[in-house]
Amino acid sequence: MNATQQKKFLEAFIEIIRKTSTELPKDVIEAVQKGMQAEQAGSNAKYAFEIIEKNIGLAKQKSQPLCQDTGSILFYVHYPRKFDGEALAKVMRKAVVDATKKGYLRQNSVDSLTGKNSGTNIGPGSPSLHLEPWNKDHFDVRLMLKGGGCENMGVQYSLPDNRIGAGRDVAGVKKCILDAVQNAQGKGCGPGILGVAIGGDRGAGYLESKEQLLRKMGDKNPDPVLAGIEEETVREANTLGIGPMGFGGKTTLMGVKVGALNRLPASFFVSVSYMCWAFRRQGAQVSAKGEIKKWLY
Amino acid sequence: MIRLEAPFTEEKIRSLKVGDMVELSGTIFTGRDAVHKWLHEGNEPPVSLKDGVIYHCGPVVIREKGKWVVKAAGPTTSIREEPYQAGIIERFGLRAIIGKGGMAEKTRQACQKCGCAYLHAIGGAAQVLAEAVKEVENVYEYERFGSPEAIWQLRVENFPLVVTIDAHGNSLHKEIEAASAARLTESFARMAAAKR
Ligand code: SF4
Repeated sequence: MNATQQKKFLEAFIEIIRKTSTELPKDVIEAVQKGMQAEQAGSNAKYAFEIIEKNIGLAKQKSQPLCQDTGSILFYVHYPRKFDGEALAKVMRKAVVDATKKGYLRQNSVDSLTGKNSGTNIGPGSPSLHLEPWNKDHFDVRLMLKGGGCENMGVQYSLPDNRIGAGRDVAGVKKCILDAVQNAQGKGCGPGILGVAIGGDRGAGYLESKEQLLRKMGDKNPDPVLAGIEEETVREANTLGIGPMGFGGKTTLMGVKVGALNRLPASFFVSVSYMCWAFRRQGAQVSAKGEIKKWLY
Repeated sequence: MIRLEAPFTEEKIRSLKVGDMVELSGTIFTGRDAVHKWLHEGNEPPVSLKDGVIYHCGPVVIREKGKWVVKAAGPTTSIREEPYQAGIIERFGLRAIIGKGGMAEKTRQACQKCGCAYLHAIGGAAQVLAEAVKEVENVYEYERFGSPEAIWQLRVENFPLVVTIDAHGNSLHKEIEAASAARLTESFARMAAAKR
């Protein structure tokens, strides 16, 4: 990467961070509106939705973070094989530092032992970069900002689970998903969206559960069994009456996305990542010259 | 919609009930983990909290043209203050706590006993809430705790909230959780039946 390219890519990454932090993607806005319509006029749930909607508009208009917790910075990038992945990672880290200075990201990364805030969002594990080369000429850059409140509501089950009576089958998986919703109540700033992984080891399961959140809200899972789990668990979760912020109401979940990984015969994990209504994920197709060609959500 | 002016009287707080939607105006104080722990350890607050409001919030505040300006002011998770809150309500005569996610038994009991209420803000609505903050009136213990943990005295206007713990022993959090637990059992049964 030469100096001109570096500058172009830096600008592109900062813009992707800005847009992700300050604007909700279209598919999420549609889901919020659908939820709002389902709630009764004058209810606490409707009130919460109205404020959420106002906040979405205001953040975009002011180009300021939607939520002050700008979350874990999770990048998923495919890049043309001829590019140097390390150089790319360097530019991405610089973009994070600059976006923090500009206030698109809060100073949000703390040393786990000393409690000291790096002030730049840079440190071991932050930002989290998933880089993969591919054979195309353009870059596919996706970014998710995942807040702490909802991340704390994530949970991993090891089946069989006697507490909820979940066995090692599809029925057991569904029970895990609904139990996670019951435990979260309003604490993850619902209405939420769940990313779920069946199988894998513990680490791979959580990674996959987050990657499921890169799917579009309205898409349909190509696997009919998984599609069935998604539909049924959303429907059932919305009978629980937890509602936005846990105020009670019809919209407890806006979506569930489930993926399956192979597992060892000895283990059967169900990993659930809870995403709050402030579902900040965006993506862009970026040319080899570092120009944003198209937004992906 | 109920309009509230802080600071409150006990009578005013006792007139609120769970599920009431309120818009709060007046002076409130931010306080999160460090402040709660510090007060709990026996320190006296630098400003009287009598009949006042504590907001669980670590705001983003910057200095613009010699003045403090609040850039984001959403609530933080309240349950972390559960070990301290009841004692602080009782000792200093607080009338309202603002936060998100609700609080537990000890706080619910203190609210009932002392005439205090828990007002739930909308989590994530940082910009709407920042707009409702009209002025930074003062800041205390800035040196000691740093910006997000300091005690910010804010003047707010029409700050949107829902009463989720009232001064009569009711907690919306408790009610919703019990109701949803019952529905979860029904849901499990429904799914098991559909399978057959
Ligand atoms: S859970 Fe989401 S909306 Fe709530 S405070 Fe955290 S990032 Fe913001």
